[in-house]
Amino acid sequence: MKAAPFEYVRAESLDHACQMLVQHGDEAKLIAGGQSLVPMLAMRLLAPAWLVDIHGLSELQQIAIAEDQLVIGAAVRQCVADADPRLNSAVPLLSRALHWVGHAATRNRGTVGGSLAHADPSAELALSAALLEATLTLRSERGSRQVAAGDFLIGPMMTCLEADECLLEVRFPIWQEARTGSAFEEISARHGDFAIVSAAAQVGVDQTGRCTRAALAIGGAGPSALAFNDLARRLVGTRLEDGLLRDLAQQVAAKVEPTSDLQASAAYRHHLAGVLAERALLGAKRDAGLSS
Amino acid sequence: MTEKTILVSLEVNGKPVSARVPARTTLVDFLRDELRLTGTHVGCEHGTCGACTVMLDGEPIRSCLVFAVQLEGQRITTVEGLTKPDGSLSILQDSFAEAHAQQCGYCTPGMLISAQSLLNNNPQPSDDEIRVAISSNLCRCTGYQQIVNAVGMAAERMAKE
Repeated sequence: MKAAPFEYVRAESLDHACQMLVQHGDEAKLIAGGQSLVPMLAMRLLAPAWLVDIHGLSELQQIAIAEDQLVIGAAVRQCVADADPRLNSAVPLLSRALHWVGHAATRNRGTVGGSLAHADPSAELALSAALLEATLTLRSERGSRQVAAGDFLIGPMMTCLEADECLLEVRFPIWQEARTGSAFEEISARHGDFAIVSAAAQVGVDQTGRCTRAALAIGGAGPSALAFNDLARRLVGTRLEDGLLRDLAQQVAAKVEPTSDLQASAAYRHHLAGVLAERALLGAKRDAGLSS
Repeated sequence: MTEKTILVSLEVNGKPVSARVPARTTLVDFLRDELRLTGTHVGCEHGTCGACTVMLDGEPIRSCLVFAVQLEGQRITTVEGLTKPDGSLSILQDSFAEAHAQQCGYCTPGMLISAQSLLNNNPQPSDDEIRVAISSNLCRCTGYQQIVNAVGMAAERMAKE
């Protein structure tokens, strides 16, 4: 349970980090908070020759609101994001999700970008990014590019990041509906442990209580966080009647592709996906000010 | 071939310390093997059990999930740093003894650090807040009730001082 030997370098700037990635390619890994990477090193699932530390880079520490997006730098620690009042006012779903991310002791080191780049299929921040169709900015010496969360998360522990790319920031859309409600539901063995299944929903309604926008996503029940926003779009124009929400939850539960592991069987995860999707939709509806 | 080492300097329990270690040395191994501060325990070594919890700038972190070299120049507090200046038990430590909050003692240093971090930020926590604060620390003997009682007792005693 000790990491294999590696060379350590503290990046002095984002450009320096990108240069190191060009120089060492597959042999280098970026480390920020290390809360996902260090266990993988300890278990020797990874044994990079170089670790490039980007934890302290000021270029990756920004939280900002830019028009209708909340921008979070990749190396913003989860505890810092959680404490920032702009999260709760602009994208309250993120505050709800962060409440489920690990424990205080891991949130104090773990970063928003690190969790996304780790791409655990049960991760709450990946689920939030998929649900809200966040955009991620990737930087390399070749330049910058923006990718949608759904294209970034391509499988378990897999992203579209090339060996020479660094995640720069993630942009979460701020919904501009008359009223927006959100909810995050999760079942885990112990609060803060990996989700067995999680579900998140967000709905927008107009002044008369009619749905103008809806999103639903499930975590822990497929190779990566799965957004079902095409299906959720059918709620637009309705008054989010409970029966409609239940039907949608059941449709989604039939579409997830969970696997069995020591914690839970695939059948149980299928069941949970339906139950938690319905709870998340009902919770989002209530949060938007509609009663059941 | 001997492994390359790097000089790491930290402030641990108020004292400047330094040692040359390989980059892959975790903070908990640095504390225990280099500084002989064996109060911090090594449990799972992948961030699940909480036995190795220490404070970084006053906030709890897992010392098995960070390499010492990453923390150059930073301020660490271990369970040894919780005692009063004369070396006697802190109110929290004494409350753990009073409430029988430890049995084998393996989780105790991590429990004490998590609980002390809570009390530093929230001197009058509810039982629920205490449970959340120690939720990342696994105990396999006492069950958690005596630990929750001990933290509550410590909060009451601190309020009277």
